[in-house]
Amino acid sequence: MKIIANNRLISAIVFMLFATLSYADELMMIRSEQTFPEAMLKLQETINKMGYTISRVQRVDIGLSKSGYLTDKYRVVFFGRNNEIEEITSKYPYLIPYVPWKIAIFAEQENTLLVTADPLRLLDKKHPAANRYLYQWKKDLEKIMHIMQKAE
Amino acid sequence: MSLTRFILSLFLLLTASLAQAADGQRLYEQNCAACHGLDGNGGVGVPLALPDFQYSASDDFLRKMIRHGRPGRVMPAFKRFSDEEVDAIVRYIRHWAPGKPFKYSSKRIRGDVKHGKQLYAQRCASCHGANGEGGKGTGVTFSRPRNLPIIPPALNNKGFLDAAPDEMIKATLMNGREGTPMVSFLKQGLKEKDINDIVAYVRSFEKHPLPLTLKVPEERLIIMESMQPLKETVEAIKRAVVGKNYRLIRVQYINQGLVEKGRENKKQVIVYFCNFSFLNRALAVDPRVGLFLPCRVTAYEKDGKVFVTSTNPLYMSTIFNNNELHRLCQEMYQEYMDIIEEATL
Ligand code: HEC
Ligand code: HEC
Repeated sequence: MKIIANNRLISAIVFMLFATLSYADELMMIRSEQTFPEAMLKLQETINKMGYTISRVQRVDIGLSKSGYLTDKYRVVFFGRNNEIEEITSKYPYLIPYVPWKIAIFAEQENTLLVTADPLRLLDKKHPAANRYLYQWKKDLEKIMHIMQKAE
Repeated sequence: MSLTRFILSLFLLLTASLAQAADGQRLYEQNCAACHGLDGNGGVGVPLALPDFQYSASDDFLRKMIRHGRPGRVMPAFKRFSDEEVDAIVRYIRHWAPGKPFKYSSKRIRGDVKHGKQLYAQRCASCHGANGEGGKGTGVTFSRPRNLPIIPPALNNKGFLDAAPDEMIKATLMNGREGTPMVSFLKQGLKEKDINDIVAYVRSFEKHPLPLTLKVPEERLIIMESMQPLKETVEAIKRAVVGKNYRLIRVQYINQGLVEKGRENKKQVIVYFCNFSFLNRALAVDPRVGLFLPCRVTAYEKDGKVFVTSTNPLYMSTIFNNNELHRLCQEMYQEYMDIIEEATL
C-alpha cells in the first residue's frame, strides 16, 4: 500500500517537473545571430552530431523574390534516424505524416530564424512507447535550437 | 537512493532551474528575441525598444502582455513563467529606454461611443481594421522591406484590452509613437474630447469581440483507405494533385535519404506538391509557414491494406496563434480532403 502511494507521489513530482520544463502549446523558435549561409552549415553539422541523418534540404524560396519578397533564403531541412522511422512507421502509423521531422530556416536581414513544431504536441496516452520517441526528439530539438541560438 | 533523497534532489533541480531563470536577458533571448529582435527592434513581432512605446507602456501592461499574449495575433501567452521571471523580462526590456514609464489608474474614461465610432471609421479603420482586427501580417516580417511601416496591432483583442487601461490608450492617441506610423492625434487636430470618445469606442470592443477562429480540432490527421493497390494509389494522388493546379515537386519513399539507395521501404510513398500563389499568400501572413511546406500526402501499405494520409493542418495551426494563418489552414484542410478522397475512390 505504502509503496504504491510513494510511487504515485514520485510520478506526481516527475509530472510536475515535466510540466514546468516542457510546454507543448508553442512552436520552438529561435533567432541565430549567424547569417543564413553560416547558420545553414551549422544546423546541418549540429543535426548530424546529434546522430540524425539529413534526408533532404528543400528550397521553399523558388520564385519568392520574383513575387516581391525580399529574401530568397528559405529552406526546410528534413532529418531522422532510420531505425526510429522504421519502427514508428510500422507500429504507430498515426505518426507517418509527421516523419521525417523538419526544421524551417530562413533569413531575416543579418540574422537567421529557425522554427520547428513541438513533438510533444503529438503525445498520445494510448501509445507510451511512441511517446518515448517524442520526448527524446523534444530533448534533441531543444539542444539543437539552443546550440543554434548561441552560435556566433 | 532513498525516496526522500530522490525527492530532495528533484526539488533542488527545480529550484536551481528557477533561480537561474530569473535572468531577464537570457529569458528574453530564448523566448522573445526570435520575434522582437535581439535589440528589441522588431521582426515577426512589433518593436519594443522605441522610447515612445516604453514610456506609454506601464510595467503592469508589459506583465499582462507576457502572461496573456494576444489571442489569434501571433504573440503567445507565456503561462509557464513565474512572477519573478516575468519581472526579470520586464526589467530587461526596460533597459532599452531608461526613464520613468507612465503610471495609470484603472479609471474608465467617459466618452460618446457613437461619436467615437464615427471618428474611428474616419481616422483609425484604414490601419487598425474596420472592426479593430489589426493589419494583415505581423510586425515587420522577414519578407517585407524594413522601411515599410510596422503592421498595426489588433485593438479588438482580449489580450490588448485586458492589458491596456483607458488612460494608456488615451496617452497613445495624444502622443503617438514616434518611429511608427502611429501619430499624435492631438497634432492631427483632434480635441481631447474627441480622443476620449475614441477611447470609449475602443473600450466598447469588449462587448463585441471578434469571433475567434482558433479551435483545436480533435483529429491530428486525415486518413482514408484506398480501394486500389499502392502503385495505382500513388498515380491517383498525382493526378488529383495536378488536377487541383498544384505543381508536383517530388515523389519519394519515407526513408529515402536515410538509408542506402535501393534499401528504402517501398511500401511508404510521399507525394510532395506546391502551389506558388498559395505559398505567397501564406508567407505574407506568417513567415513560419515553412513548417507546412511543401504540401504532402503519404500513401502506405499495411497488413495488405493501402492508406492515404496527411497531417491535419488545423491541428498544428493552433500553436501558431495566428487567425489569418488558421483561415488558410482551413482552405488547406479542404484541399487535402479533396485530394485524398479523389485518390482513394
Ligand atoms: C497610419 C496607420 C495608423 C493609423 C491611421 C492609426 N494607427 Fe494606431 N498604430 C499604428 C501602428 C503601426 C501601431 C504600432 C506602433 C508600435 O509598434 O508601437 C499603432 C499603435 C496603436 C495603439 C497601441 C497598441 C498597442 O498594441 O500597444 C493604439 C491604442 C492605437 N494605435 C490606436 C489608434 C487609434 C484609436 C487610431 C485612430 C484615432 C489609430 N491608432 C490610428 C498605426 C496606425
Ligand atoms: C512568435 C512571435 C512572438 C514571440 C515569440 C513574442 N512576441 Fe510579443 N508580439 C508579437 C506580435 C506579432 C505582436 C503584435 C500583436 C498584434 O499585431 O496585435 C507582439 C506584441 C507584443 C507586445 C505589445 C507591444 C505593443 O506595442 O503594445 C509586447 C509588450 C510583447 N509582444 C512582448 C513580448 C515578450 C516580452 C516576449 C517574450 C517573453 C514576446 N513578446 C514574445 C510576436 C511575438
